[in-house]
Amino acid sequence: MSVELGHFALVLALALALVQSVVPFAGARLGSLSLMRVGEPVAITGFALVAAAFAALTLAYVQSDFSVLNVWENSHSAKPLLFKVTGTWGNHEGSMLLWVLILALFGAMVAAFGRNLPPTLRANVLAVQGLIASAFLLFILLTSNPFIRLQPAPMEGRDLNPILQDVGLAVHPPLLYLGYVGFSISFSFAVAALIDGRVDAAWARWVRPWTLAAWAFLTGGIAMGSYWAYYELGWGGFWFWDPVENASFMPWLSGTALLHSAIVMEKRSALKIWTVLLAILTFSLSLLGTFLVRSGVLTSVHAFASDPTRGVFILAILVFFIGGALALFAIRAAALAPGGLFHPISREGALVLNNLLLTTAAATVLVGTLYPLVIEAFSGDKISVGEPFFNLTFVPLFLPLLVAVPFGPMLAWKRGDLLAAAQRLQIAFVAAVIAGLLAFFMIDREAGFAAVGIALALWLLLGALTDLAMKSGVGKVTPAAAWRRFTGLPMSIFGTFLAHAGLGMTVLGVVCVTALETERILIMEPGQSTDISGYTLRFDGLSPFTGPNYTEDQAAFTIFSGGVVVDEIISSKRLYTARGMPTTEAGIKTMGFSQLYVSIGDEAAGGGLVVRIWWKPLVTLIWLGALVMMAGGTVSLFDRRLRVGAPTRRRPARSGERTA
Amino acid sequence: MRMPPLIWALALFLPFMLSGPSIAVQPDEVLSDPALEARARDLSAELRCMVCQNQSIDDSDAELARDLRVLVRERLRAGDTDAEVLDYIVARYGEFVLLKPRFTARNALLWGTPLLVLLGGGLLAFFTLHKRGAHRTAILSPDEEAEIDEIVTGRRK
Repeated sequence: MSVELGHFALVLALALALVQSVVPFAGARLGSLSLMRVGEPVAITGFALVAAAFAALTLAYVQSDFSVLNVWENSHSAKPLLFKVTGTWGNHEGSMLLWVLILALFGAMVAAFGRNLPPTLRANVLAVQGLIASAFLLFILLTSNPFIRLQPAPMEGRDLNPILQDVGLAVHPPLLYLGYVGFSISFSFAVAALIDGRVDAAWARWVRPWTLAAWAFLTGGIAMGSYWAYYELGWGGFWFWDPVENASFMPWLSGTALLHSAIVMEKRSALKIWTVLLAILTFSLSLLGTFLVRSGVLTSVHAFASDPTRGVFILAILVFFIGGALALFAIRAAALAPGGLFHPISREGALVLNNLLLTTAAATVLVGTLYPLVIEAFSGDKISVGEPFFNLTFVPLFLPLLVAVPFGPMLAWKRGDLLAAAQRLQIAFVAAVIAGLLAFFMIDREAGFAAVGIALALWLLLGALTDLAMKSGVGKVTPAAAWRRFTGLPMSIFGTFLAHAGLGMTVLGVVCVTALETERILIMEPGQSTDISGYTLRFDGLSPFTGPNYTEDQAAFTIFSGGVVVDEIISSKRLYTARGMPTTEAGIKTMGFSQLYVSIGDEAAGGGLVVRIWWKPLVTLIWLGALVMMAGGTVSLFDRRLRVGAPTRRRPARSGERTA
Repeated sequence: MRMPPLIWALALFLPFMLSGPSIAVQPDEVLSDPALEARARDLSAELRCMVCQNQSIDDSDAELARDLRVLVRERLRAGDTDAEVLDYIVARYGEFVLLKPRFTARNALLWGTPLLVLLGGGLLAFFTLHKRGAHRTAILSPDEEAEIDEIVTGRRK
């Protein structure tokens, strides 16, 4: 019964989404306030309906209602409750429903918190959101309906893919989608502004909190995905340049660019046209990512062609929204008045450089991801574009960007003084160079790369600290006064500090684990020991273990340091009984910021167990850095100037200041 | 790994989601000469496991990946240079096996994109901002400039 109600709620949500895409827009055209205001209750009710549909599906999963095809295909009665719940979005249909739920959530939030927006802008934003929601609701109902019943109902389900039976599934997809879909708001704002033909600094101020929130979620989502892959896939890689990852990384790169160009637009009224274009491109990349992952085109162009229903549908959505928005941009962009002036050496100039490099990086990832598909479609030849390609193209683009980061916040708007900025950064510079030289002489393996990388990471960290110190007036005023200034700094300054310092942490983690990781591959008999990076691991033996829906062989290892027992590691090979599918559960011990990572293979022919052990120095900084970046985005959100309700309330005050 | 395309289409959030457990390089494959082994590992990272999703043979536990790893080490022991090993394998398995496509005319756009976008974007930014700069100074009166300054400093407080 609740399943049918859920299905019905989804159909109703589609009807409301259609109303939402037409009525407010018509109201904005006709200048009718009452028509425009239809958008808000409809958006909020639409969200409630999608939420009801989602709850109905979740309930079916929790109750193991195998009369629902989707539940039967992806669940099992013996599955722990958490994975029953998360299993709701651990499949194509359910994850699309989550996608639309988050889209509806953002639409409802604009309706609820956007009361200070000009009525036409709000109406148009809600209309564009409604249009996106209509397209995806139609997609779900026509090609990916999770509410289809199965008659007769089987006794037991086919279980969820074991790799997905992990806390990662509870955290990663919701965060990722909050980011991905969150950019739809920036997109809707951009399209609404183009329809209005008017973009100003206030527009940038309204868009920025949404972009910030989406960016923070996406940062967290990507980082959690990376950590999940790291511990789940069993060989400790943290980034693979896989198309699925690239699909989320491209919107992150252009979203980061958008975040920075929106600052220029808000503060200096410059880069308007570019910011609007970037807002369109960022969500377009999110849509493209959805298409790549959802259509099956990644496996092979031919596999896609053999079952194209879903793929063609998403492709049509893609073409409609990206094509439509870009066409609108082409027609209207010229009408947007260009804004403030600036010298190349200025805060604006630094942010243009940031945008240039980030956009080029996004384009590189885009072409690298799509090139094999295009070549295959046109010539039938297959080529591969993988990690070595991206390391060779992406890294050289990112190096100058990282060098430039600390300069950005140091330069003044309009016309900056590079020399003065460099002088203020001299301590950070000297410290980074010393650290690089130390790394060069003390660490032998791939020393060049490690030295440059460690120096860069320190440069970012100390550069961020220097900025904070300078803005507090350290060294210029008394410590007490500096402290007062420090506590009075706007939240966005702390946001910048955290985001840039977090980037430094991530760089440090990536560099250290890439250049300094050590590895042992060997066959171990019970009782045998091996040394790795100052630790000794003793293999204690294999023992069987039975979990709720799996059986496993657990290999126990004792860790010694200087002959003293420090800890132990359990690494196992697991077999999920319902699907008969094996997984590796790597054993991981965190020591400070570094990790010992143990993965076991098969029992060797002559007895003993195949074991792979890694020492991963500072590896956790990769994800901790991302969390710090995410915190930076969140802290910035609390800046008084960006608070969602702030713009109109502060406006009279500002004009007052101006006349005074 | 070998998997039907439709199941792969369901792979959701992780790369190689369906590839299952993986312990790639086996102890018996490792060469006794550490320098040669290091070269083998570097080469392996550049070669694709052809039955996997975007995995290098160094990361994959598929049989074919193992065969290729052994082949790479055989060629290295026979005294091949890195380039000769790659040529040898490409001659047998095609260019698909290379994770870093070669610099050929067909791949020109792939390799050229970063440079093209960087140069094109840089020039575009330079000329738009430069031209607008020259143009706008003429139309803004000193009063307007002062007003903008006030607005900006007002906001920055």
